Amino acid sequence: MFEVIFLQFLNGLDKGAAYALIALGLTLVFGTLGVVNFAHGALFMLGAFCAVLFRQLLTLETVTVDPTKLSPWGAPLEVREPLVQAWFGDFGAVLVNYSVPASIIITIPIMLLVGIGLERGIIKHFYKRPHAEQILVTFGLAIVAQELIKSFFGPNPIPQPMPSDLRGAADIGAFLGMQANVITYPIWRLVYFLFSFAIIAGVFAFLQFTTFGMVVRAGMADRETVGLLGINIDRRFTIMFGLAAVVAGMAGVMYTPILPPNYHIGMDFLVLSFVVVVVGGMGSLPGAVAAGFLLGILQSFASMTQVKSLIPGIDQIIIYLVAVVILLVLPRGLFGRRGVMES
Amino acid sequence: MTNPNVVLHVADVHKRFGGLHALADIDLQVEEGQTHAIIGPNGAGKSTLLNVIIGKLAPTSGTVVFDGAILTGRKPYQINQLGIARVFQTPEIFADLSVLHNVMIPALAKRDGAFKLNMLRGLDSETGILREAQDMLEDVGMYGRRDMAAGSLSRGDKRRMELAMCLIQHPRLLLLDEPTAGMSRHDTNTTIELLKKIKSRGMTKVIIEHDMHVVFSLADKISVLAQGRIIADGTPDQVRGNPKVQEAYLGGAH
Amino acid sequence: MRAMSRNDLLLFLGFTLVVLAMPLWLQPFGAAYPDLLQRFMIFGIFAVGFNILFGLTGYLSFGHAAFFGVGSYAAVWSFKLLSLDAIPAMLFAIVVSGLFALLIGYVSLRRSGIYFSILTLAFAQMSYNLAYSVLTPITNGETGLQLTLNDPRYLDAAMGSAQAGQPVPTLLGQSLGGFAGFYFCAGFLILAFFIAQRITNSPFGMMLKGIKSNQTRMNYTGFNTKPYTLAAFVISGMYAGLAGALLAVTDPLAGAERMQWTASGEVVLMTILGGAGTLVGPVIGAWLIKYFENIFSAINDTMLHRFWGFLPEGADNVMVAITSKFVGEGWFLTLGLVFVLIVVFLPGGIMEGVRRIAHLFNRQRKSPDRPASQVQPAE
Repeated sequence: MFEVIFLQFLNGLDKGAAYALIALGLTLVFGTLGVVNFAHGALFMLGAFCAVLFRQLLTLETVTVDPTKLSPWGAPLEVREPLVQAWFGDFGAVLVNYSVPASIIITIPIMLLVGIGLERGIIKHFYKRPHAEQILVTFGLAIVAQELIKSFFGPNPIPQPMPSDLRGAADIGAFLGMQANVITYPIWRLVYFLFSFAIIAGVFAFLQFTTFGMVVRAGMADRETVGLLGINIDRRFTIMFGLAAVVAGMAGVMYTPILPPNYHIGMDFLVLSFVVVVVGGMGSLPGAVAAGFLLGILQSFASMTQVKSLIPGIDQIIIYLVAVVILLVLPRGLFGRRGVMES
Repeated sequence: MTNPNVVLHVADVHKRFGGLHALADIDLQVEEGQTHAIIGPNGAGKSTLLNVIIGKLAPTSGTVVFDGAILTGRKPYQINQLGIARVFQTPEIFADLSVLHNVMIPALAKRDGAFKLNMLRGLDSETGILREAQDMLEDVGMYGRRDMAAGSLSRGDKRRMELAMCLIQHPRLLLLDEPTAGMSRHDTNTTIELLKKIKSRGMTKVIIEHDMHVVFSLADKISVLAQGRIIADGTPDQVRGNPKVQEAYLGGAH
Repeated sequence: MRAMSRNDLLLFLGFTLVVLAMPLWLQPFGAAYPDLLQRFMIFGIFAVGFNILFGLTGYLSFGHAAFFGVGSYAAVWSFKLLSLDAIPAMLFAIVVSGLFALLIGYVSLRRSGIYFSILTLAFAQMSYNLAYSVLTPITNGETGLQLTLNDPRYLDAAMGSAQAGQPVPTLLGQSLGGFAGFYFCAGFLILAFFIAQRITNSPFGMMLKGIKSNQTRMNYTGFNTKPYTLAAFVISGMYAGLAGALLAVTDPLAGAERMQWTASGEVVLMTILGGAGTLVGPVIGAWLIKYFENIFSAINDTMLHRFWGFLPEGADNVMVAITSKFVGEGWFLTLGLVFVLIVVFLPGGIMEGVRRIAHLFNRQRKSPDRPASQVQPAE
């Protein structure tokens, strides 16, 4: 029994980590800029497609016809060789194998540019406008982003292979001194969880220990006063938006081997992440992370066959159900502060 | 409550915020038809007291009784329906609606109660309410601006309209939270004139103010609040001569 | 005050005329065929109803497609179980979606602002997920709910009015295909518009505007705002249900995709595009979106090549490659861009634009100091 529970707990971690990462970015943007960003899911999706793009670039091939060899049908044999492999040899092959984690190299600058461009181009004009209009404009941006992706990459999910060394499952039970082969867990999911954990820790450390982070935290608490101190809070907030975009993008990149990305994956995650943010308490960073993991794990338990046979369909709605109950019992969510988003 | 003329009785109210004793031992009796001012230096607890009366804050202990009904625990709309109207420190108005509609809404609340699903009746056929609203605007000298969007009014006019919104309900008690805060001398004087006019109709008022000019030209009775306690209570003359009050104002505030 | 009432009457008569004459005046635009006209009516109703909640009361729901979908399912079930006549189906759909809205509204309206938007979104997604999984016996999952020859249709059976051949919805035995279907839907749009107009101009409507403007003041003025917002929510849910039912009448196949968040987003866009808070704005928004959706999604590369044919060789191919991203399958990209542009530059929608232009003309003719408190949209 313990094993079953522990296994479900583990299964919830990777999804919970994705929720937590997206919710963290949403909260950063909401807390610093006061903007409700419905395009945040699209940033997650764009990140995922950075991995797709990177792999497509890496696997561009040269096709040479080798006249000395014949295919079984008697035609000259076409030899395909990825360009990187032709140029870099074995290193190229490794790069192709590790394309998903390696694509972080292009994801960071792309997402930073996208984030800063969005903030400077559109979002900044909406700081003083009603929340409803912020929701609407970011919602429109989300549609634009996902339709662009659809028109370039097509409507179908594009599977991304995980590096060959990280396939398979780790026997966590044996590692913890329990019976072997009872609690096994896919290695990549473990990687994803550790990766998320590192990013979350990084963001918190950044906010906690750097001057930049200190100013941002002060700005989250009281924007006007910080502005009065002569600190250019706007520039920092632009960077915060870029940072949130990078966090969302990296969450998307690393998730691609778990769930093949399609153009609407962002919206699917966004809806859930908003629920996560609301459950955690609007504007609370620890709340976002805690609620992300909590809901991910709850969802994992709800997908157990025993639970599903008891309450059919519970796996489909558990998150929403929990959100509704929490909002009714704790109107500000688990860690919500007074006065945030209240009229 | 021994005095039968008392309408509002704040009985033995305490309010704590964590360790801070914001209100202590407040006992306040407001008599029918009187204008009762609550004054005190900044941070004395005036706004907290008002919020306790109006039901926005629950007192830690004690009760607020209005005309035999206990106010504590009631929602703002229920308190209004009992006959208490409130003017805010910064005017709370319907900025998007016309001045006329701003005044019609409270009139409908008075007539129809907290909720009525009258959605197929035309607003045009509400001639009674319309007449009432027009008369009220005439009364406060704003009839000419009835079709303007309320949000575009000057601050003084917003206050004037907010007063009209309260008065059209013929409340038994009117609460005013610093009605002249942030106003020019001219606007302050016109507001005082308007309040005097209301006073002559015998409406009970509780007014919170720190502008002494306003207080002494309107109040029948003054309670002085300092550090969450009532330190003096009486007619304007009594209060003016009270050494404790002078100390609180001169020694405590600055 | 009397004069305003005459204005309302004129607006209503003008609207009725415009709607009924659509098969005529849409001829030159190539849009005067029943299928498209029916959609104009249906989404017009959807947008008018949504506007009662969003435009009047100020609550932005992101889950209204759920009520639309529930209306469709309810209507199809009425066709299957009761009768092929459209009237019981309409009534059943309105009642069911109203009850559903009452339930969801009661919970969602405990919060306002962004929390409300997210709660409605969550409920709609929940309905969508359930429609695809556990509720398959009711919704028939991905296939969609449709009429079959073996449907019991107890009411029809009792009346002895069995129909031969493939079952199709009727009205008192008359077929609702083609223009008959259009006029059936048009009647409902006109009725829906009339009720919305009455609500807007009623004391109740003024309370909704008051809630949108300043909820605190409403509370301190003695109003219990909860039942007002709930009433607005249920009314707009019933409008959505009616629209969904009409779609089921014209095309008796109900699928869960009608409940997806994109469908909820579409009605928001219609309302915004036309002008939230105005009476005719949302209808115009719905018509424009459905019209351009029809045109844009029909354009293909051959047509684009013909269009850009005047350009030199090579340049036309580039233009075709670029523009093809915005038409056909790419119509939603255009829609998203329009959405962003409208919110950025014209948050009041088309009606706001019309008003600005009208104001400019008025000022030129004479300069009357006319206050614009009660905005009367032009027809």
